[in-house]
Amino acid sequence: MNTATLATPLPRPSAPPRLRVLPGFRLTLGYTLAYLSLLVLIPLAAVFLKTAELSFAEFRDIVTAPRVVASYKLSFGMSLLAAAINAVFGLMLAWALVRYSFPGKKLIDALVDLPFALPTAVAGIALTALYAKNGWIGQFLEPLGIQVAFKPLGVLVALVFIGLPFVVRTVQPILEDLDTELEEASASLGAQRWQAFRHVIMPILFPALLTGFALAFARAVGEYGSVIFIAGNIPMVSEITPLMIITKLEQYDYTGATAIATVMLALSFALLLLINGLQAWTSKRTGRDR
Amino acid sequence: MAGATTLRLGAAHAIGQTRFEARAATRETPLVKWLILGTALTFFAVFLLMPLIAVFVEALRKGWETYASALLDPDALSALRLTLLAAAIALPLNLVFGVCAAWAIAKFEFRGKHFLITLIDLPFSVSPVIAGLIYVLVFGAQGWLGPWLAEHDLKVIFAVPGIVLATVFVTFPFIARELIPLMQAQGKEEEEAAVVLGANGLQTFWHVTLPNVKWGLLYGVILTNARAMGEFGAVSVVSGHIRGETNTLPLHVEILYNEYQFAAAFAVASLLALLALVTLGIKTWIEHRAAHAHQDLHEGQS
Repeated sequence: MNTATLATPLPRPSAPPRLRVLPGFRLTLGYTLAYLSLLVLIPLAAVFLKTAELSFAEFRDIVTAPRVVASYKLSFGMSLLAAAINAVFGLMLAWALVRYSFPGKKLIDALVDLPFALPTAVAGIALTALYAKNGWIGQFLEPLGIQVAFKPLGVLVALVFIGLPFVVRTVQPILEDLDTELEEASASLGAQRWQAFRHVIMPILFPALLTGFALAFARAVGEYGSVIFIAGNIPMVSEITPLMIITKLEQYDYTGATAIATVMLALSFALLLLINGLQAWTSKRTGRDR
Repeated sequence: MAGATTLRLGAAHAIGQTRFEARAATRETPLVKWLILGTALTFFAVFLLMPLIAVFVEALRKGWETYASALLDPDALSALRLTLLAAAIALPLNLVFGVCAAWAIAKFEFRGKHFLITLIDLPFSVSPVIAGLIYVLVFGAQGWLGPWLAEHDLKVIFAVPGIVLATVFVTFPFIARELIPLMQAQGKEEEEAAVVLGANGLQTFWHVTLPNVKWGLLYGVILTNARAMGEFGAVSVVSGHIRGETNTLPLHVEILYNEYQFAAAFAVASLLALLALVTLGIKTWIEHRAAHAHQDLHEGQS
């Protein structure tokens, strides 16, 4: 009898109202939203509102003008190519930094972030000096008939420069976390080294590599400073899309500039969603927190 | 978007280890190893190292005298002042914002949190040229506030406030992006204990939260500073390029370069390159310190 009464659970207090012990929620969230709206969201909305003043036919004529279309082809084509080059060589560099020991490794690891830290205008004039006809690298390419500076190829070189750290820094932590056991298991099961890479390492690495590729691409599409010095900016040949916006602005054609900006913003937002998805995939595949 | 720039806690620890080379299963044949290493290092040298060296070599091509006179030119000095001013305003603004955003997001639960984080990241995915354009659309002569500003004799575009705004925009997410994941990982038990023991909000932040996130905060600050001083595209759109008035250092480099004053352009550029190197140096030092703090914490717990 007594034990039975003891076993009767104490009446549970009804769930307490959710208490916030820490102060400052309203203040900090309010400030965050106000600051974000005033400096980012409302000004960005101006692009869409300004574009909405155009009729659809006017908008279409501006964003599909031959010179503008040529700039999309150059910007997107070269950004894709640059991101692909970075995916290959960035993976190799990350691999070397994680797996091999060699002199100067710490210094090289630190310098990988140079494109983040170096102002784009500085990168632009430095690359132009290197790849000009009499430059350190340009003088060797000139006899081969390869011209880089002031040609579309120059755009590619600049975009490879600014995109490299994105691939290295997204792949590197995944490589560092990789368990040696996985490769030992595959070796003991008779896998060749390249088979282990292809079937064991690559599937783990792939989402991160793709994320790095997408980040490098997204950065490259919008890049301006490092490109305009080396591109030569020849209409229909080596003009990038951000330069088209600047050109229209310099002619006080605000509507034209804004219409092209709308196209670029739509692409950026699509890429942002894609990258968020890819990062979620990476953390799911590797069990890492972002 | 910022995934590639956030503080890597494992970095300093992982570099310099040899666990992969010690075992046959995780080792390539020497030929493959040297091929990968050789290709990677050549790529690094051609695309990263040579541009950096070129800046300094070109800057000193005409000797120290030309170098010094390029830096001491009144236009260069006024560009330097404006660059420092823009960074000195943008940095505290984004610091306060970053701390507020991280506090609200990391210490409280509310609906739409992930969406808010995505919105904070937005400036990273917008082309710098568009970052400048949006303020022209709001504050420019033909913009929303243009007529009102003209009436009150205020100038934002083609003036210093426009440059500051553009700088704030391009550096907007850096500090918030560093602090949010760090403060989320710390949880809120320590802060709650402090509050229960009678500390007020500011005391709690200063004595409990800040010591836990100081390396991440510092990391965000130096990244913000580097980008603020080096921004070109966004600032170029709103500046109007008025010498001695609305020129920042990167814009001054462009003007000199377009006037074929290459040695002077590279001299000013070398100053910015030095800033980048100092930034990378501090960044590496912070990673080192943060990794040690991280390791000590884990050893202390086990």
